[in-house]
Amino acid sequence: MQQKTKKIKSVVVENGFEKEVEIEVPVGPPASWGDPKALRLLGKRNTRPDGPDKVTGRARYASDVILPGMCYGRFVMSPYPAAKIKSIDLGPAERINGVKAAVLLLQPGADVLYHGQPVAAIAAITPEIAEDAIRAVRVEYETRPHVVDLVKATNPNAPKVRSDVPSNVQYPGGSTKGDVDGALKSAAAMIHETYEAQTRLHCCLETHGHTVKWDGDKLTVWASTQFVTGVRDEFARDTGGPQNVTVITEHMGGGFGSKFGRGTEGIAVAQLAKKANAPVKFLLSRAEEQLANYRGPGVRAEIKLGASADGTLTVGDVKVWNNGGASNANSPLDQGFYIIEPQARRVQRWGVLTNTGGTAALRAPGHPQAAVIWDMALDALAAKLNMDPLEFRKKNHNDPVRVAEWDLGAKVIGWNRRQRTPGSAAGTRKRGVGMGSATWGGGGSKSADCTIEIKPDGKVRAYSAVQDLGVGVRLYVQSIPAEELGLQLADVEPIIGHSTFGPGKGSGGSTTTASVAPAIKMSAVQAREQLAIVAAKKLGAKPEEIEVVPRGRFQVKGSPARGLAWKELCALLPPSGIKAKGDWNEASDLQASGVRGCTFVEVEVDTETGKVTVIKALGVQDCGFVLNRLQAENQVTGGIIQGIGTAILEDRRMDNVTGRMLNPNFEDYKLCGSFESGGVNITLDPPYRTLGPEERGIATIIFDNPTGKVSGIGEPAIIGVQSAVANAIFNAIGVHVKEQPATPDRVLAALASLKGGRA
Amino acid sequence: MKAFQFVDVRDLKSASQALGRNPDSTRILAGGVDLVSELKDRIIEPELLVNIKTIPGLNGLKMDAKGLSIGALVTLDTLEFHTGLWKSYTALAEAAQSVGSPQIRNVGTLGGNLCQRPRCWYYRDEAIKCIKKGGSKCYAAEEDADNKFNAILGGGPSYIVHPSDCATALVALGATVKYSDTQGQIRSVSADEFFLLPKENPAQETVLRHGEIVTEVWLPAPAEGTRSTYIKFKEKDSFDWAVSAVAVKVVAGPSGLVRDVSIVLGGVAPKP
Ligand SMILES: Cc1cc2nc3c(=O)[nH]c(=O)nc-3n(C[C@H](O)[C@H](O)[C@H](O)COP(=O)(O)OP(=O)(O)OC[C@H]3O[C@@H](n4cnc5c(N)ncnc54)[C@H](O)[C@@H]3O)c2cc1C
Repeated sequence: MQQKTKKIKSVVVENGFEKEVEIEVPVGPPASWGDPKALRLLGKRNTRPDGPDKVTGRARYASDVILPGMCYGRFVMSPYPAAKIKSIDLGPAERINGVKAAVLLLQPGADVLYHGQPVAAIAAITPEIAEDAIRAVRVEYETRPHVVDLVKATNPNAPKVRSDVPSNVQYPGGSTKGDVDGALKSAAAMIHETYEAQTRLHCCLETHGHTVKWDGDKLTVWASTQFVTGVRDEFARDTGGPQNVTVITEHMGGGFGSKFGRGTEGIAVAQLAKKANAPVKFLLSRAEEQLANYRGPGVRAEIKLGASADGTLTVGDVKVWNNGGASNANSPLDQGFYIIEPQARRVQRWGVLTNTGGTAALRAPGHPQAAVIWDMALDALAAKLNMDPLEFRKKNHNDPVRVAEWDLGAKVIGWNRRQRTPGSAAGTRKRGVGMGSATWGGGGSKSADCTIEIKPDGKVRAYSAVQDLGVGVRLYVQSIPAEELGLQLADVEPIIGHSTFGPGKGSGGSTTTASVAPAIKMSAVQAREQLAIVAAKKLGAKPEEIEVVPRGRFQVKGSPARGLAWKELCALLPPSGIKAKGDWNEASDLQASGVRGCTFVEVEVDTETGKVTVIKALGVQDCGFVLNRLQAENQVTGGIIQGIGTAILEDRRMDNVTGRMLNPNFEDYKLCGSFESGGVNITLDPPYRTLGPEERGIATIIFDNPTGKVSGIGEPAIIGVQSAVANAIFNAIGVHVKEQPATPDRVLAALASLKGGRA
Repeated sequence: MKAFQFVDVRDLKSASQALGRNPDSTRILAGGVDLVSELKDRIIEPELLVNIKTIPGLNGLKMDAKGLSIGALVTLDTLEFHTGLWKSYTALAEAAQSVGSPQIRNVGTLGGNLCQRPRCWYYRDEAIKCIKKGGSKCYAAEEDADNKFNAILGGGPSYIVHPSDCATALVALGATVKYSDTQGQIRSVSADEFFLLPKENPAQETVLRHGEIVTEVWLPAPAEGTRSTYIKFKEKDSFDWAVSAVAVKVVAGPSGLVRDVSIVLGGVAPKP
């Protein structure tokens, strides 16, 4: 029988000229990541190749680019939360020495809807002059009444946020399943509570923005973005087509869902640079970042939850209000539950407009909010039932992987140290243990290309337009070809973050790795196939008889003496080397969607001060095939740190009086760091032990779920953290902090409500 | 920040002269940790900064049988790492150690720490002209205002809280603040009286008039049997200002009988 073949592109030399040809190669077995135990590099704890660059400051971010004659951009922002712009006079700013350009971003007559909304932009030869200039712009506003509080905004007499819609309470929706009213009547135990997950800011350590340079019609953009080619296409509107735009993102300092587009600052910077006839750097100041940029919407929910005496979750009746700022927002709670589903349920949801600016995806958009609300409700009901919250969840959910993760997490955190009755610990420093869960997709799709180039001197380069959002993309761009070609990590140079490297992929939805890694794998497979043909020819064998062994040696199966060392083999390549670009369609089976994950946390609550200290946190996360264990663990650790901040610190303060945000900085908008998260990383390997009562830090387990397929986990890692902290506090003190985050004042207020209730 | 002139001065008198009479147009620069953030946030827009770090003799630290003298330019980490201080003036060492972050303590001076401006977010908002900035009202006192971190004692007409950790400890330890007046004369005032309540003058937190410069902090040698401590409560474990703090000094006789005690609260009132 004839063996099946496929055509791949390669380069040959004919009469001294190189030319690209299609060659036929046998179709190998379907692509597979292989047996994890047999792999040398993938799945191990390798460090990222750009670590030293980042630590030493060599890594170049958009903020680091300095060009000759460069100007600096700044926004003129609305000082008012609600106003109509009567007039704008850029003149006084333009007349300042050193100001090179000024552009309007809103026209007179437009409404401003939040404090910090960009109105105009300035470019000047120093950031300081730009700061002077934005203050010189004369904007006349006709102020209107504002409302910045979610609950206040739902009052029919509240000021209207938008003149084009009749009410602040918008976008109604909902669904019903089963006999909700009947089930509520017959429930053996019930809770009726209102919870609120706060609005948060993205707090990217590198602010949003770009450094841009025009050369005639051509535009070069150094962007701090999570979507290199997407930003290219947006700038293409100013250049007459994407062919005139090059976007470069060698490194970027975080996006968390807020850096897909070029944003208002991107629209401004291209215009400013054209007007100024000079390169312009417009990286937002911290205040601009916190005010003019996006937020992750807050969610408020009123929940009735009922169960039968055996702990079956019979009914949920849920009202959800999403704080979309000046536009709409929604959350997974709009379906009326999160992961643990009641038998009968009714949900009514609304989007509420407030004068607080726009929203954007923030690491698992809507999920942490939905999770913390739902998990608080579940634990409150479990307490009513006098049931272990984990047993309660298991009674109502039976996905085997999830249940196995829960059990493992419970064992490692020391679940049996929790208070059997919430709040029953003695003393003023009360310990408690809590849990939360996540659900996510994380599958990939055909999007980014990867080209692998091998030169006669043996050098290997892997190119992809994809950017590294910070997760360690370079490492898998490097390690997948290295694994396939039998090489060491350092033998492959990963080159990413450049729009000219072919189609790219936005780093969103935790889909990047599952999209890009299979593309790299297929390119690596193809590179190996091309090399096998060269080797076979030289060794007088058939390509399918060639095997690759460590150090990049290609040899004939069964007779290892007949082989070529890597350098010998590459020396046979045409002068320009070879290029390989695999077909994603053959790789689609290398990725899958659908991950779970859970978090367990132990806290100590000082009931005299209200202070919550996280003693330890554990993330258990599955991601199918593990490309790199260390980077996967890092994702979970990062999610836990950010989640602890969400749970106990991050508190945007909107002033009802002035409508202004009072803490657009990092002093009063408090972020979690190593002090607040317990300080150390605890590395765990199987067989997993139970953490000691006094052990502190963050532990992660990449749960072994041998699907053989890659899934992304950047987002699920954060989802259950706020839940786990909130429920650990409940376990410690016997009352939930229903309006998040659990800052000391709110913890004390919760404790006071408990006393009031008992008195 | 707005462009400004900068002058290094060699002695107190020329410093006062350079500072002149107009309080809006000049400022003293020590470590600059607070001053530069006020400049960047455009809370103040002086035309001239007078750098007092070039004045010799303001960064000495001397401890002897009579007491402890700390120059105004002594940095907070110098206090933090002084073993003698931990032994005899524990509250001050603890207070200094509790300030900000290592970088801030490495640069920030004791004089600057005492003279730093309030953290009230209405005061720190460029667009809000509150009573501390010559406006007519305290925004934190408005109905529905967000005054989570404002004064619960001693407020009115302004409701700031004093942000300095060292100030609270120094008042408890019975310190004296020495400063040079506009004529170059050295004056002394107890740490307690150095700080003002807003009802005395809502625009400033200390008795210093424009052009006056803190030169030294003096602490008497602790009486036999003295113990002191400073406890700071903050929301965030890494750098943060006190939500509330307390400095306590106790003098106990040989029998353990307490002869003298002073308890000073920080973070809750416009002065310690
Ligand atoms: C992020 C951050 C965190 C902080 N955390 C804390 C904290 O936890 N606790 C705390 O107490 N402080 C804190 N600070 C405030 C403060 O900046 C430092 O405590 C520091 O000591 C200030 O000293 P400096 O020498 O840098 O003062 P500067 O910034 O140079 O001066 C501060 C003010 O005092 C005036 N001044 C300085 N020296 C004199 C003098 N000799 N005589 C008269 N006036 C003078 C200046 O004109 C200015 O108005 C923090 C600041 C920041 C930015």
